Amino acid sequence: MTAAYGSHPRKEDARLIRGQGKFIDDITLPGMLHAAILRSSLAHARIIEVDATAALAHPKVTAVLTGDDMAARGLAWMPTLSGDVQAVLATDKVRFQGQELAFVVASDRYAARDALELISVDAEPLPPVIDVRMATSRNAPRVRDEEGFKGSDNRIFDWSAGDEAATEAAFARADVVVAADMTYPRIHPAPLETCGAIADYDPVEGRLTLWVTTQAPHAHRTIYATLTGLPEHKIRVISPDLGGGFGGKVPVYPGYLCAIVASMTTGRPVKWVEDRSENLMSTAFARDFHMHGEIAATSDGRIVGLRARVLADHGAFNAVAQPTKYPAGFFHIFTSSYDIPAAYCSITAVYTNKAPGGVAYSCSIRVAEAVYLVERLVDMLAGRLGLDPADLRSRNLIRPEQFPYTSATGWEYDSGDYPRALSLVLSLCDYDGLRREQAARRARGEYMGIGVSCFTEAVGAGPRKHMDILGLGMADGADLRVHPTGKAVLGVSVQTQGQGHETTFAQLVASELGLPVDDVEVVHGDTDRTPFGLGTYGSRSTPVSGAAAVVAARRVRERARVVAALMLEVSESDLEWLDGAWRVRGDYSAGVGIAEIALAAHSSLDLPSGVDGHLDASAVYNPPNLTFPFGAYVCVTDVDPATGSVVVRRFVAVDDCGIRINPMIVEGQIHRGLADGVGIALMQVIAFDAAGNCLSGSFMDYLLPTSLEVPAFELGATVTPSPHHPVGAKGIGESATVGSPAAVVNSVIDALAPFGVVHADMPLTPAVVWAAIQAASPPA
Amino acid sequence: MKITLYVNGHEHARDVEPRLLLIHFIRDELGLTGSHWGCDTSNCGACVMWLDEVPVKSCTVLAVMADGRRVTTVEGLARGTRLDPVQQGFTACHGLQCGFCTPGMMMTARWLLDHNRAPTEADVREAISGQVCRCTGYENIVRSVLWAAEHEGDDA
Repeated sequence: MTAAYGSHPRKEDARLIRGQGKFIDDITLPGMLHAAILRSSLAHARIIEVDATAALAHPKVTAVLTGDDMAARGLAWMPTLSGDVQAVLATDKVRFQGQELAFVVASDRYAARDALELISVDAEPLPPVIDVRMATSRNAPRVRDEEGFKGSDNRIFDWSAGDEAATEAAFARADVVVAADMTYPRIHPAPLETCGAIADYDPVEGRLTLWVTTQAPHAHRTIYATLTGLPEHKIRVISPDLGGGFGGKVPVYPGYLCAIVASMTTGRPVKWVEDRSENLMSTAFARDFHMHGEIAATSDGRIVGLRARVLADHGAFNAVAQPTKYPAGFFHIFTSSYDIPAAYCSITAVYTNKAPGGVAYSCSIRVAEAVYLVERLVDMLAGRLGLDPADLRSRNLIRPEQFPYTSATGWEYDSGDYPRALSLVLSLCDYDGLRREQAARRARGEYMGIGVSCFTEAVGAGPRKHMDILGLGMADGADLRVHPTGKAVLGVSVQTQGQGHETTFAQLVASELGLPVDDVEVVHGDTDRTPFGLGTYGSRSTPVSGAAAVVAARRVRERARVVAALMLEVSESDLEWLDGAWRVRGDYSAGVGIAEIALAAHSSLDLPSGVDGHLDASAVYNPPNLTFPFGAYVCVTDVDPATGSVVVRRFVAVDDCGIRINPMIVEGQIHRGLADGVGIALMQVIAFDAAGNCLSGSFMDYLLPTSLEVPAFELGATVTPSPHHPVGAKGIGESATVGSPAAVVNSVIDALAPFGVVHADMPLTPAVVWAAIQAASPPA
Repeated sequence: MKITLYVNGHEHARDVEPRLLLIHFIRDELGLTGSHWGCDTSNCGACVMWLDEVPVKSCTVLAVMADGRRVTTVEGLARGTRLDPVQQGFTACHGLQCGFCTPGMMMTARWLLDHNRAPTEADVREAISGQVCRCTGYENIVRSVLWAAEHEGDDA
């Protein structure tokens, strides 16, 4: 740990607290036009005609793009992040309510909206596929039947992991088997800022500048180059301040591509920013996993096997964001924190007439679903065996001496001390005291719940040989330049959405070079000013890009050593890096810091042949493995059986993400994920009726937790460094979102135990809780 | 319609469409982009600013309704280069991450502290309960406002 680490105030705050941030809709270019998208009101329909004649006659309308216009440019379809294709503007059919039909460009945003109503759409309704369980039935309507589509039904893939026969044998030998169906519902990350883009095409230079809400600017640039045919070096992607992302700003959305085409067509900058309904109805859903889980154990509570069969609803286009090799993401990490010798999972993904997406909503690519499944099953098993759920967990946790640990489905966990995290959270919450309080309250007819969850995350993808997105290996670059006066600029490929990269990454470099944190400027989000890399998602910024920054800084330090030796007139081998300077062994008063060295490196100092002047370095970091942060949570709830309402009284969380570079920022990330746990477990769902109408198209219907639903959080920490990360750090951005929903649900179900309730699917709204109580037996 | 608004102490006269929302007037007409738009349905509060002395969700106020009235936005929070204690508190306590909800949260916090010099945690949670933050889990926003309450007048 160095002086540069610690809870340093954030550099990005200065502009944001003054209202001087630059979010996409804050940017205005001279001559800029405004766009709006006409969307389908039907979930499934064959298009007969889209007629924009009247819209084009509107005095403020400059252009209208329809599917036919895009088809004429070969851009009616675009690739998804999963290698499928997605309609940019529909030509043959609409396949979900809210699908893009036409793009109107006008002189102001109100006029663009007005003109949408002047476009007439003639379409023949088709029966939709809404119930995921009906998608693979023989008589199901076909979602995808366009020319060139290779599938013959609504099935996208069947994928499995683990040893099926060994798992079958383990289940056959087990004393106890608990099985359950559970759904992790379709939810939406709902960053407070919606998605948008401003395209500015310069026909003279042949240059496109695209401001766009993306967590992955470099990957986006490559995709736009491939799609539009514009050379990649003539495309500049700028991701400005992002008002949250949470996975939802990873994909390329049709509106971005339409803005590009519209700018090329009109010769003017074109801005498109979606509204909240568009955001919730058409972009970036997550989860929608329909799971059958089984857990097998001995009568004394030793878990011997785990099985899952999953039906995954991917919507109308397979746009799931995850490495190519893992179509179901990292779901097969579902043995999670437990030493389970046999495990097998199989996942079938299907098309339905719903929005595409399947992004990792703060869940590192399906780890949230995996943790939820096993944590619910462990609680059910505890109930069956009559064991305390914390006790059953501690009997089965992977032990510290087992690391590096290879799981039954092939994951190699880098480091961990799970019993320590669990015992810490139990002592922080006074678990035994809570159980006593619960017993006393139950005797009074009060329904208090205590929910425990443990989790293991897998974050920081690659390594590149195993992980790519659309063929782009998951490695990230860093460029570090030290100016003559010792001030440094670090360029990184990842893009903050609030995680504080400008601060944390400066701390990493400052620590390696002995510089003040304020002397390191972090540049990000601009492909012209930063090196290539895959971007920020799956909690990969610190594990991958942070590591690249450290490697580049250490290269600078080694180059500085050559210069320092000349300055001090000693041999390099006589120098030692200590307290932020190269010092002469045996005479530590003699030494030079990076700032002095930087000036010398830019001077006329005669450097040995083969040693360049100046002081800069770059690195591309290809992680040898993922990092595996972990934790243990306890959630205390009070349930009113008369109304079904749930109050989250306490949330106690112990997280271990290895070395904490900026603990203040780390804790902020954990707070966010714990609030997600409350929202996902109790409130959030993107629901549909039988006709495919989205019932959650606004914040009046898609409920997010406020300051009243979320309690004050109580945090604890353990530190188990990653053995392979250069500074021992692990990712943290998504841990709490992964670990917390199960703690909330376990707590509510625990509260309802006197009624005999063993499970209810999220979100546990008052209506769901009340119905679960009614369906179970009354209190004894 | 011709309207005149007094925004952060400056007079602005414009001829606007009657349907123009106050948030769009402030952002697009005046270029004050610190206040954000987030939901259309007055659920999220990213657009909170003061109309006279009261915080309003400016996505559901028409610009013409503000004719002749005073509007205060995040840009009017600091006194010259001196930050308001609320702004200082948000930095001191890590009360913001992406910063999108922050201007609205701070305007509500300022209003609370003007009416309650020593709010409790529950008072703060109640005051900001009509606004959504997706990053902080509210914990550090609450701490930020309490910090500001403690430091009111420190550098006056």
